[in-house]
Amino acid sequence: MSTKAAAEAPAAAGSVVHLEGVGLSYGKTRALEAITLDLPSGCMVGMIGPDGVGKSSLLALIAGARAIQQGRIHVLGGDMASSRHRRNVCPDIAYMPQGLGKNLYPTLSVFENIDFFGRLFGHDKAERSRRIADLLRDTGLTPFADRPAAKLSGGMKQKVGLCCALIHDPELLILDEPTTGVDPLSRRQFWELIASIRASRPGMSVIVSTAYMEEAAQFDVLIAMNAGRVLATGTPAELKQQTGADTLDDAFIRLLPDAERGNHTNVVIPPRSEDHDEIAIEADHLTRRFNGFVAVDDVSFRIRKGEIFGFLGSNGCGKTTTMKMLTGLLPVSEGTARLFGKPIDAGDMSVRRRIGYMSQGFSLYSELTVAQNLDLHARLFELPADTIAARIDEMIARFDLADVVDALPDALPLGLRQRLSLAVAMIHAPDILILDEPTSGVDPVARDRFWQILAELSRKDNVTIFVSTHFMNEAERCDRVSLMHAGKVLTSDTPASIVAARGTATLEQAFIACLEEAIADTAEPAGQPAVAAPPPASANSTPARRRGAAFNPTRMLAYSRRETLELRRDPIRATLAILGSVLLLFVLGYGISMDVENLTFAVLDRDDSAISRDYSLQIAGSRYFTERPPITDYADLDRRMRAGEIGLAIELPPGFGRDVSRGRHVEIGAWVDGATPTRAETLRSYAQAIHATWLVPKGRELYGEAAIAGAYQLQLRYRYNPDVISVVAMAPGIIPLLLIMIPAVLAALAVVREKELGSIVNFYVTPVTRLEFLLGTQLPYVVLAFGNFLLLVGFALAVFRVPFTGSFPTYALAALLYVTATTGMGLVISAFMNSQIAALFGTVLITLIPAIQYSGLIDPVSSLQGLGALIGRIYPTTYFVTISRGTFSKALALDTLHNDLLVLAIMVPILVIAGAMLLKKQAR
Amino acid sequence: MRFDNVFQLGIKELRGLVRDPMLLVLIVYSFTLAVYAGAKALPETLNRAAIAIVDEDHSPVSTRIGMAFTAPYFSTPRLISQYEMDRRMDAGLDTFALDIPPDFQRDLLARKSPTIQLNIDATRISQAFNGGGYVEQIVSAEIAEFLARTRNAQTAPIELALRARFNPELKKSWFGAIDEIITSITMLSIILTGAALIREREHGTIEHLLVMPVTPLEIMVSKVWSMGAVVLIASALSIAFVVKGWLAVTIDGSLALFLVGAALQLFATTSMGIFLATVAGSMPQFGLLLIMILLPLQTLSGSMTPRESMPQFVQDIMLAAPNTHFVMLAQAILFRGAGLEAVWPQLAALAVIGSVFFVIALRRFRAFLA
Repeated sequence: MSTKAAAEAPAAAGSVVHLEGVGLSYGKTRALEAITLDLPSGCMVGMIGPDGVGKSSLLALIAGARAIQQGRIHVLGGDMASSRHRRNVCPDIAYMPQGLGKNLYPTLSVFENIDFFGRLFGHDKAERSRRIADLLRDTGLTPFADRPAAKLSGGMKQKVGLCCALIHDPELLILDEPTTGVDPLSRRQFWELIASIRASRPGMSVIVSTAYMEEAAQFDVLIAMNAGRVLATGTPAELKQQTGADTLDDAFIRLLPDAERGNHTNVVIPPRSEDHDEIAIEADHLTRRFNGFVAVDDVSFRIRKGEIFGFLGSNGCGKTTTMKMLTGLLPVSEGTARLFGKPIDAGDMSVRRRIGYMSQGFSLYSELTVAQNLDLHARLFELPADTIAARIDEMIARFDLADVVDALPDALPLGLRQRLSLAVAMIHAPDILILDEPTSGVDPVARDRFWQILAELSRKDNVTIFVSTHFMNEAERCDRVSLMHAGKVLTSDTPASIVAARGTATLEQAFIACLEEAIADTAEPAGQPAVAAPPPASANSTPARRRGAAFNPTRMLAYSRRETLELRRDPIRATLAILGSVLLLFVLGYGISMDVENLTFAVLDRDDSAISRDYSLQIAGSRYFTERPPITDYADLDRRMRAGEIGLAIELPPGFGRDVSRGRHVEIGAWVDGATPTRAETLRSYAQAIHATWLVPKGRELYGEAAIAGAYQLQLRYRYNPDVISVVAMAPGIIPLLLIMIPAVLAALAVVREKELGSIVNFYVTPVTRLEFLLGTQLPYVVLAFGNFLLLVGFALAVFRVPFTGSFPTYALAALLYVTATTGMGLVISAFMNSQIAALFGTVLITLIPAIQYSGLIDPVSSLQGLGALIGRIYPTTYFVTISRGTFSKALALDTLHNDLLVLAIMVPILVIAGAMLLKKQAR
Repeated sequence: MRFDNVFQLGIKELRGLVRDPMLLVLIVYSFTLAVYAGAKALPETLNRAAIAIVDEDHSPVSTRIGMAFTAPYFSTPRLISQYEMDRRMDAGLDTFALDIPPDFQRDLLARKSPTIQLNIDATRISQAFNGGGYVEQIVSAEIAEFLARTRNAQTAPIELALRARFNPELKKSWFGAIDEIITSITMLSIILTGAALIREREHGTIEHLLVMPVTPLEIMVSKVWSMGAVVLIASALSIAFVVKGWLAVTIDGSLALFLVGAALQLFATTSMGIFLATVAGSMPQFGLLLIMILLPLQTLSGSMTPRESMPQFVQDIMLAAPNTHFVMLAQAILFRGAGLEAVWPQLAALAVIGSVFFVIALRRFRAFLA
């Protein structure tokens, strides 16, 4: 069947993609089963089907973003299982993943985003600026070139995504649901753009998946999919003919197996009975401002009880903000909002109990199962405990969730998830439902079922429904709709009246006409269609490509540049990284001190003679000790030592003075608090030293010269730090500590962030190699960390006045190697982690403890044992601590330190290569 | 505040934790292997200190001194030349180098009071202090014994009988293990609550909660109790099985009392985690803030180096940190077997700090949600 379709497809010139027996599983879930297809080249191929049937997986496989598990995939004449072919062919494929602006970098401007892709494909500067100028002009984005991607509307994000995909003149363009969640006007502009590009580049093949059947009707070839299998392929006309349906929507529904189609019926909403005139929701001149920007401008409407009220409008026009104000999530800047006649008060719990809210995008707990989510919400809404089970069962039956009660939401297709969201929003039987784009991205069958439920709720249970949507057939089902644009309501009436007032054939046309009129009125040329623009000038130029190069510095620098830009756009991160480390050096340098002073001691003097008092005075006079009130008895000694009040207790026995004078053997009792071993050691040696000092003159007085133990002299030479000042010893040790934690965390998060937010897909589908990606990401952090190093050294010299005696070039070289190694450690960790929390926690765990405890900062590595000693020996900090102390305090240079430097130099490539090997070039 | 809501939301937090296996592995690691390594790695006071001897005398007494440096305090002394000494110390191979001059024994017996030089690498500050004293004691004991045999010198009859209480052998493994647990308690409680809140915001679920009849106070208390409970149970198990069982450390004090203190500490640190999450805009910023908070807490609370030796202003500032009080409390209870009558000031301080942190965090959290 597939070959037949390909042969009959218009403009078919051989096949661009050939699939044979392709299968894919996620864990136990089977996503694709035995797909065999031939996609004709030079065509627009559409994939249609419900959510979760494997469309996205199949597109990702074709684009090379996901590793092949089973079967063979040939794209552009080569096997996609071969990494060599993928590298060769990826400059010819462009892939735009699902999700608005998913592969864009939100803080980068439109120009910078496109420029980044241009660099990845090796265009030189002149080439890039020409191509970007062309693309921006063609898409009408020229006025927005400097706007950050995060601040674009959904439709504009998709256009930028398209520019990024087109910069390298691909032969195959793969678009995964490019218009989901985009308003009708932007959607129309998007397809016009694609059409004009295809006109100028007739050889280009396009594969698109979509949930909009009216879009699919325009494509050359359609592939209908369900449950990981292909149902049918053919032109839209063929599919309609095959099934005997009038519309593609119907054709698709008829293609579904009977079990799936189940009880699908066309949604029929009975007319509203007019006996409810109670106003459920009332907005009166609602206005909301964000920092001078007016998001919602003087919006008023009234919704009667039991009414289905639709909210239409382009992305970012204020629909969500209005809904949030009605739920009390956002305070109102001006105007009033009333529910059942009562003004909304964000703190009023009784109002919240009457509302069910579904936010845009899935916002239930993905870590809880379907049943657990329902249960949690039932309890939070304080349903009586004895009715909860029954209510949950009722919801499960009504929303048809029985098969998935124990599944996690992430494992469910979007349509089911949205049903779950609605079930959760309905669990407490609210009077009002506020639904923010509940069906965005949901396939037609699931959407019809969803609306069937809404109809029942409205007509049978008299629930007021306030819903926003981009689907015109849904808007037509509403009792009344409002069109919003740029914070204002353009028109508000029944769908039929709006169409009649505009004199158009369909609601969509009426809507677009309204919008265009509104846009013409405002100064901002938002989303000017670019149909009239000349075809891209780049169409016929030969792209400058360096194919197959194993390592291309341009691509690496493209990543560096992008990372640097992102760092610069997040000044808090850079400032924290730099100022934070200086602050920490200051705190730790002064704080960690080994000079043990002000040790507390107390005396239990049972003798109370002149000699015993002299002994206590001797200790009290030492600068190391501070005397506490005398101890009264053993119980007192015990209590005070337990409470940590005294560190040293001295007991002078009865008759001490008398015995000393008579030369009898006397034993002084002394106890030190052993709880803190280091301090106990110090206490012990100080006590002994003071005892010995006391003995010398006493002994001379009492026994003459014979008692003096001065048979020899021991000369102590404290080298490198003659005054034994802690800060001199500590500052050179803290610098290595600070240069491991912060760079490692930043580098690890840089990569894991891309994974979590989805832009990692750019790495999967562009010619950038693993090494280029890692080194490119690492470079800015190495530079940042090295700058940090210079600042820390400057601070140590200027503020702590730590003398620097050795070779600075040696130290700087070692620092450069060290920060390369520490950022490399971050990259290695990032290979194992998929969530930022785990990456953060993991990095802190493997840097904080080893660097502080096993790297010679406090105890020399040579004195460690067991696991600690092993870690200490392989940890880069150990070597850098030696170099840091050597150059700071010991006046050393390269000749003595070359071995430590060598170890650091060896670690750098090991870490980088390990990071590159662990990183996957495709999703698995 | 409805306790049922707090309970349900807390259960939700716990279920979320169970679904993140990597995080569970890290939690288990930080309360088992990390504690074990922390206890075993630290040298027992002066352990295997690297010492070298430059013996220019080659006499019985100099040999005798050389033999006296034994394990576990010292590594077997290396006999080196004067020239090697500087190089080895520069390279950090030796912490101590004892230089016994030529004709030492002759001068000693001739009562010329010869001089032995002890070189100490003062950049290794922890060993420099204590080790110097040890070397001094050993050398003087050896010489005294040598002299006692050659001439009948009288020894001083006044003796100082020094004993260490609570930890007679001054074992550091106690100390290392408990120190590690304290670190884990602080680190985990801040990360778990803070990062969970940031994740909820990034995934939009926090907003979802706010349309329900749930107050910010309930959301915050639920995070505090659930994450606090995880860490508290993990530390109790760690003390019972890792410290007492595996490491065979005897603990005199009341474990229950320690856990009361730990609960108060967690009250403060989980609040801190929420506060940091409301300040940080993104996970990388949270990570940096975390490091800036954790490092000083870890190093300046008195668990690594004694508080007494810090400058007064650092000591004063650190009184505002819960860790300082918690470390004092933990050491008093677990090491010295202190009871409630000794540690109530720390408990009170923790309760006050925790309440202040909680109120500040709650106000921030409310502002953050609005």
